[in-house]
Amino acid sequence: MAEAKKEKKPIISEKNPMPAQDPIERAKNFHEVSLGYSQEAVVAEANRCLMCKNEPCRQGCPVEVDIPAFIKLAANRDFAGSARKLKEKNALPGVCGRVCPQENQCEKYCTLGKKHQPVGIGRIERFIADWELNGGIQTQHVAPATGKKVAVVGSGPAGLTCAADLAKQGHKVTIFEALHVAGGVLMYGIPEFRLPKAVVQAEVENLKKLGVEIQVNAVVGKFATVDELIEEGGYDAVFIGTGAGLPYFMQIPGENACGVYSANEFLTRTNLMKAYKFPECDTPIRVGCKVAVLGGGNVAMDSARTALRLGAQESWIVYRRSKVELPARHEEVEHAEEEGVKFAFLTFPTRIIYDDNYWVTGMECIRCELGEPDASGRRSPVPIKGSEYIMDVDTVVVAIGQGPNPLVPRTTKGLELNRKGNIIANLETGATSKPGVYAGGDVVTGAATVILAMGAGRTAAKSIHAYLSEK
Amino acid sequence: MYKILKKEVLAPTLNLFEIQAPLVAKKAKAGQFVILRIHEEGERIPLTIADFDQVKGTITCVFQEVGKTTKELGALCQGDCIKDFVGPLGVPSHIEKYGRIACVGGGVGVAPVHPIARALKEAGNQVTGIIGARTKELLFWEDKMRAACSELRVATDDGSYARQGFVTDLLKEAIEEKGDIALCVAIGPLPMMRAVCNLTRQYNLKTIVSLNSIMVDGTGMCGCCRVTVGGETKFACVDGPEFDGHQVDFAEMARRSVIYKPQEQIALERYNNQGAHKCSCGCGGDR
Repeated sequence: MAEAKKEKKPIISEKNPMPAQDPIERAKNFHEVSLGYSQEAVVAEANRCLMCKNEPCRQGCPVEVDIPAFIKLAANRDFAGSARKLKEKNALPGVCGRVCPQENQCEKYCTLGKKHQPVGIGRIERFIADWELNGGIQTQHVAPATGKKVAVVGSGPAGLTCAADLAKQGHKVTIFEALHVAGGVLMYGIPEFRLPKAVVQAEVENLKKLGVEIQVNAVVGKFATVDELIEEGGYDAVFIGTGAGLPYFMQIPGENACGVYSANEFLTRTNLMKAYKFPECDTPIRVGCKVAVLGGGNVAMDSARTALRLGAQESWIVYRRSKVELPARHEEVEHAEEEGVKFAFLTFPTRIIYDDNYWVTGMECIRCELGEPDASGRRSPVPIKGSEYIMDVDTVVVAIGQGPNPLVPRTTKGLELNRKGNIIANLETGATSKPGVYAGGDVVTGAATVILAMGAGRTAAKSIHAYLSEK
Repeated sequence: MYKILKKEVLAPTLNLFEIQAPLVAKKAKAGQFVILRIHEEGERIPLTIADFDQVKGTITCVFQEVGKTTKELGALCQGDCIKDFVGPLGVPSHIEKYGRIACVGGGVGVAPVHPIARALKEAGNQVTGIIGARTKELLFWEDKMRAACSELRVATDDGSYARQGFVTDLLKEAIEEKGDIALCVAIGPLPMMRAVCNLTRQYNLKTIVSLNSIMVDGTGMCGCCRVTVGGETKFACVDGPEFDGHQVDFAEMARRSVIYKPQEQIALERYNNQGAHKCSCGCGGDR
């Protein structure tokens, strides 16, 4: 046996390919783009792992998953064991396996990745999560009840993670969600073709099995304030994870014309309300022939790809910088390109043009060139004088970012906010200026990623547990 | 699920529901609204709160059947349940003692103006209520408004009941007669609120209107309900629904309110063809 261990593994340079729907076909439907690994592929991929001693991948995971352990179990075909290992640290593996930017996290640090392609950690994670979701849920260990009550405001990735961690430690957790279904951005924002809603709901159901109670249709700040939850509701601590739900607009003329959507509205109608099934589902959406999506992040890519699926003949990403500065994940840009999304780089919209009925008929843009780097380190776009032109579009989706929804921050006494309205919280603990109140995710950091919000939820859960233990 | 404890047919296509929603009722104030969704495939629609009862834990809404969703809602009976019901949303009416106030309700707008008139009267104001409808059959809550106001004036467009004329005619008379009206609150169809504002502008009489824009979430997340007020974009769901009517861009509001007209027609035709009547009241569909 000792000799067998020393035997060097043959290195396989490339990841096992992820099967995906044909780009032309998938641009017409809302089914998931990536189809997931087969058992053979996942075992082969897990076996690419070098099982190196220093395990650098682990430092790249915001929720501290024991990556080598779950991969090793997968390599040995112990999928149940692998799922258990994964679930120890990650309450939403089916979500993370699909939407985490692994290239900037775990896979970035992979030893194999130094000379070859890194191990497809995200792809393995997705397989294990799906295997568990399809084949019966493993019961998870829940500590004896502590008698402490925690209110979690918002059921997005931060809130769900925080709730799961606290429930496992025996605290009674209630999540308050403003919409009619739990999941936050996972339900209203990220499209079905990237993250099937059934996967999100299955993970939410798992949370309920831990004893977490979820109250939907409950807008904190309206039906009760955070202070009232503490004083009248008897909650011993509160976690605020209300996300970045306030859409920004360009502040250019014509932006209220019919046919101009915020990305939030465009995606919410499509994902949460299933407008793509109209008239079977009641919520309508109008997509014209030629759609311009303003912005270059993941939300912009999601919007442009959604527009194609809703029947747009042309879908354009209009971005003021160049391709290299696009903030979206590389994979998302690639998928968008494959599906036929077009790109207008170095282009800045200055005015939206509309007809007598107030419907969009075009968009005036000015061409830009890249100047000096700005505060973010990216070269900033400088308009070229006299280069204005009219882009022929009939629908505009503004995807230039979101701010924190002010409903909770503004109605909570003694909660310190920054200039932009984000809650000020200690990033190491999640503690806010108000005792017993913690916050994390986009409402603190501004719009970021699912996994960073989850990491913040985990951090806050640790602090809340410590706080409750001392209380 | 949210149970319909009471249904009252106020007029053909005009219904009143008293809905069990204790958490909403506990905090509801005049001027706020709720968003509801009838079933899993349903859309989210805003309805302004017409009354609330903290003790019973109920919210009263009055709605006119105009499209598929409101027709489907109207087909529900006492004892039926609504899947989702969320609120209270929006900023409550600003209530203080102004002196003399005119509260104008046109058509279905009589319902939301009622709790505002009541609250203003309770705050010590002299409230002149003015209500109107197209015809006698569509006029409702005359008694409740009479109780909520210091005095009430009534009109119908066709003269089939009370004075023949528009609410603006009665408002003009009241303004000139009283001479000291300090504030006007007007709720009703867009053209009516616009006409009221055009009138009160001549008298420099501050006028509050309540806008029922198209909404999805109702919590400031989507921006669907945006409206230009005093040259600035506002979200009716979180900045409103009440605004200074003299500052509202009604022309924009009117165009934005018909964005989905073709889709609304498709949905309505489909619904009518299906003849779907889902209720548990045993009425067999003829109500």
